[in-house]
Amino acid sequence: MSETYNFTIDGKEITGRPGQTILQAADEAGVYIPRLCAHKELCAHGSCRVCTVMVNGRPQSACTQPAGAGMVVENETPKLLGMRKQLIDMLFVEGNHFCMFCEKSGNCELQGLAYRFGIMAPQHPYMFQKKDVDASHPDIYIDQNRCIVCARCVRASHDVDGKSAFGFVGRGIHKKIAFNAEHNLSETKLAATDMAAGICPVGAIIKKRVGFAIPVGQRKYDTKPIGSDIEKR
Amino acid sequence: MSAPNPNRIVIEPVTRVEGHGKVTILLDDQKKVKQARLHVVEFRGFERFIQGRPYWEVPVLVQRLCGICPVSHHLAAAKAMDVIVGADTLTPTAEKMRRLMHYGQTFQSHALHFFHLVSPDLLFGFDADPAIRNVIGVAQKFPELAVQGVMMRKYGQEIIKATSGKKIHGTGAIPGGINKNLSIAERDEFLKDLEQQMSWARGALKIARDFTVTHLKDLADFGSFNSNHLSLIREDGAMDLYHGNLRAIDFQGNKIFDQVDYQGYTKYIKEEVRDWSYMKFPFITSLGPEKGWYRVGPLARLNTADFIDTPEAEAARKEFMAVTQGKPNNITMAYHWSRMIELLHAAEKISELLHDKDLQGTDLVVKGQRREEGVGLIEAPRGTLFHHYKVNEDDQIVMANLIVSTTHNNEPMNRAVEKVAKDHLSGVQITEGLLNRVEVAIRAYDPCLSCATHAMGKMPLEVKLVGPDGEVLDVRRS
Repeated sequence: MSETYNFTIDGKEITGRPGQTILQAADEAGVYIPRLCAHKELCAHGSCRVCTVMVNGRPQSACTQPAGAGMVVENETPKLLGMRKQLIDMLFVEGNHFCMFCEKSGNCELQGLAYRFGIMAPQHPYMFQKKDVDASHPDIYIDQNRCIVCARCVRASHDVDGKSAFGFVGRGIHKKIAFNAEHNLSETKLAATDMAAGICPVGAIIKKRVGFAIPVGQRKYDTKPIGSDIEKR
Repeated sequence: MSAPNPNRIVIEPVTRVEGHGKVTILLDDQKKVKQARLHVVEFRGFERFIQGRPYWEVPVLVQRLCGICPVSHHLAAAKAMDVIVGADTLTPTAEKMRRLMHYGQTFQSHALHFFHLVSPDLLFGFDADPAIRNVIGVAQKFPELAVQGVMMRKYGQEIIKATSGKKIHGTGAIPGGINKNLSIAERDEFLKDLEQQMSWARGALKIARDFTVTHLKDLADFGSFNSNHLSLIREDGAMDLYHGNLRAIDFQGNKIFDQVDYQGYTKYIKEEVRDWSYMKFPFITSLGPEKGWYRVGPLARLNTADFIDTPEAEAARKEFMAVTQGKPNNITMAYHWSRMIELLHAAEKISELLHDKDLQGTDLVVKGQRREEGVGLIEAPRGTLFHHYKVNEDDQIVMANLIVSTTHNNEPMNRAVEKVAKDHLSGVQITEGLLNRVEVAIRAYDPCLSCATHAMGKMPLEVKLVGPDGEVLDVRRS
């Protein structure tokens, strides 16, 4: 199973290894495919669809689609960029994302993608949905206004932390994070040191009392766009 | 909406101030001014919608009240949060970085107000053609002054950026301290331009001083009245724009209260709500709403301070106080002179701080015993700014009360408007002269009506005159 194979992304020759998804092979080759729900330490989820690429002319999520010999993958095309912008746009208007006073600003992957894609303002109308905040945990604060339902916390808590502190309830527009507890987050076994507490791509799950400790200019995406770390490889 | 009886003039909106408001002048049956009111017609509700937010978010969130002096809100909220996290004494680096941020803010805000908003009135006169009596007119006739105004603002804004991360709405002050120090490279950039800024500040002070002294006879009565004055004061009686205790004096300089720890301000200050304005009316509790109103801001600070701890500003203060024989100065238009004394004081303080090695320290944050309630006060460019919060055990804000500078000056601004209207309105015609004189009186306070109602917008002016039967007799817009 150690045999490698080749395929192309936007015409660039990529070497894949058996068992790799397109996203994983692209990362290794220094080709950035935008993503939100995908995380290298978690199993794929395929829910945000931001990593959608065209594989032999058909749309597939790069985080779930195994790479294969001879595949012709399109990533940075105007059509895909337009689609990704629409997805990011919809995530912004569906939640209540106030970047100006969100402590995740500058480290936020949703904001980072919006900047990378040159989204200046949403094209869709804001939905201004009423969302819950749970501050009951002594060390962790959950703000559902900012949740993009990526399930990173759900997977991390279940698969890595072994606590299953998070799950989902509701369907469609009503789908949201729920806690494995009778009333609130403080009743779960979630700890600030858990992977689930630090893996949120946006500011929905934050560690309390950290706030704005990192000054502007030293935040992750202040000086280089999201994906730069992969493109450097 | 309109009063059934008296004639009514409405000036809406008022121009060259920050925020949105209008003036109503009520006439009696003899067409004399019966009453004048400054209404602030915006509403924002910050105090309500920050409830439920985590306390460490508040200094960054609540500064969005304002685009002119967000640093004041940022720092007042951070000072309140220092109390919440039990940081009773900040590290020298944190305190001095915050002070530098604040003096940079004062410097740019005072320069903005003087050069952009007020200088047209001082340089061209109150009766000059409005077509040239504006900042463009200043730029055309006095280009070097216009450039100075822009460059001084830039200097202050760059200091804010170096201390808070951004020129507007930064994140520098955090509960218990600051999130960065000042690098040597940043410091050296500011030192390069410092002497030029000092020189321009001296020049601005001279313009304001000369204008006031030259026109003292006319200005002494213009929108003026005796009032109480309130500000923070250092323990030794020095002016301190960043921290101190509360001092209130009456119009003759007698102390109403002194060295009051502002954590207990609710015992000394109350707020009255009137149904015709979104802006509240604060007053000194012991004197009641009728006699307890007071002024804040540069004029009040000059009046309450025993001295200023920087040499050039202190010399200017002595000259300023000599005009009223050492007694409090109650001339509304003297705000401009006092504001420029503070501009120079801010420049001197910036100089002092830039030469202090503590700014390069690395000990940035302290914490102590957590509390559930905290009050933060600061002397914002426009006056004393109160931030008061309660935080529950889950770290969420459950109560917020903000009393901003312009709110303290609510009653004085109303008095100033009424005085000007009584002195300058003749008949039922709204003249350009009246329109502008009313604005000049309001503008002296450098009001930020957006902050005062925690609202936003700009402020052109319309005057409406309504007869006893509600008929509109005259309308005029600036």
